Amino acid sequence: MKAADVFIRGLWSNNAIFRLVLGMCPTLAVTTSAGNGLGMGLATTFVLLCSNVAISLLRRIIPGKVRIPAFIVVIATFVTVVQLVMEAYAFALYQALGIFIPLIVVNCLILGRAEAFASRQPILASMADGAGMGLGFTLALVSLGAVRELLGAGQLFGLPVLGSVFHPMLLMVLPPGAFLALGFLLAAINSLPGHKPPATGN
Amino acid sequence: MNDRLRYVLVLTLITALSGLVLGTTERCTRQPITEQYRRQQLQALRAVLPEVDNAPDRDTVTPAMQASDDAPSPPTTYYRGRRGGQIVAIAFQVVAANGYGGPIRMMVGVAPNGELIGLEILQQNETPGLGNRVEEEPFRTQFMGKGLPASRWKVTKDGGDFDQISGATISSRAVVEGLAAGLQGFLHHRALILADTEVQP
Repeated sequence: MKAADVFIRGLWSNNAIFRLVLGMCPTLAVTTSAGNGLGMGLATTFVLLCSNVAISLLRRIIPGKVRIPAFIVVIATFVTVVQLVMEAYAFALYQALGIFIPLIVVNCLILGRAEAFASRQPILASMADGAGMGLGFTLALVSLGAVRELLGAGQLFGLPVLGSVFHPMLLMVLPPGAFLALGFLLAAINSLPGHKPPATGN
Repeated sequence: MNDRLRYVLVLTLITALSGLVLGTTERCTRQPITEQYRRQQLQALRAVLPEVDNAPDRDTVTPAMQASDDAPSPPTTYYRGRRGGQIVAIAFQVVAANGYGGPIRMMVGVAPNGELIGLEILQQNETPGLGNRVEEEPFRTQFMGKGLPASRWKVTKDGGDFDQISGATISSRAVVEGLAAGLQGFLHHRALILADTEVQP
């Protein structure tokens, strides 16, 4: 498969959130605003890209029986790097995302791509897969965050867009709002023309 | 046996590489991270103190807790704000333990006589739209100029002098009681805090 196809597949046709429904914990928890969604998405993309490249590089020397601990060490290393860099240079975002940055380690999307893709494919394809899957995840988090911020606070990326006439639906920035927004988004995407139901066993 | 040796070698290699990457990153980010925390601290101090001409975060007193000490609060660091060498206000952190969604961390500023002159909520996890309104103006400003023996530090519902936020009595009560405990701690150590030991930066 060509790198471009791999990228598009990760970004849209096999989108981690909208199609595979993977990595729900950070998705539901941090998307109270579009900005938080963007930050979390980009942090995850960085980790996914780096871990895919590292694991693809090491794929011939990692014995099958110890591959899971090896993958986890690689992933945890990049997560800690992201965490330190955010703490140093994006302090406000670091504080807004809180515990969910270290928890990127257990995002099943990342281990899933290491296991299913990067440990079997050459570097270029793994890179495209990491970037596509990561940006697809970011796209989903930003749209979910935007919907919740818009309805729940009348703002978008912290800027007031709906004016004072609009009465914010507080529910949307509370935890139940995450489930409602995600449900309606998934329903909308499933009803897009040309949509095929998620393929199974592919 | 040969296989096992290979597992050990590969995992050792990977963890060693990981250690190298982490060590390098930590070394490069240590300085900026310290700076970020100091900036945040200074910002909070500036918000609760009047105009001062010293660096309050470098002019602190931390009264030691003694076994016989019956002070109601755990050890607190007091930041002294000065103008022309004279102490004009003191800032310190107060943690209200009984918030609805966990502890509420606040920075307060007091005048040397113990009256409250500034209040910033540093961190809270109260319900959006209800409890988190403790951050808003009308609630916070009602404490300004109030001191400990003069006011009854309870919410009106409990027979005190301070209005609670409707629908968020627990959060309001936590803040009021936390502030009262903080002020009491300040009064308890007041002599020590105001003792004009010069600063050793």
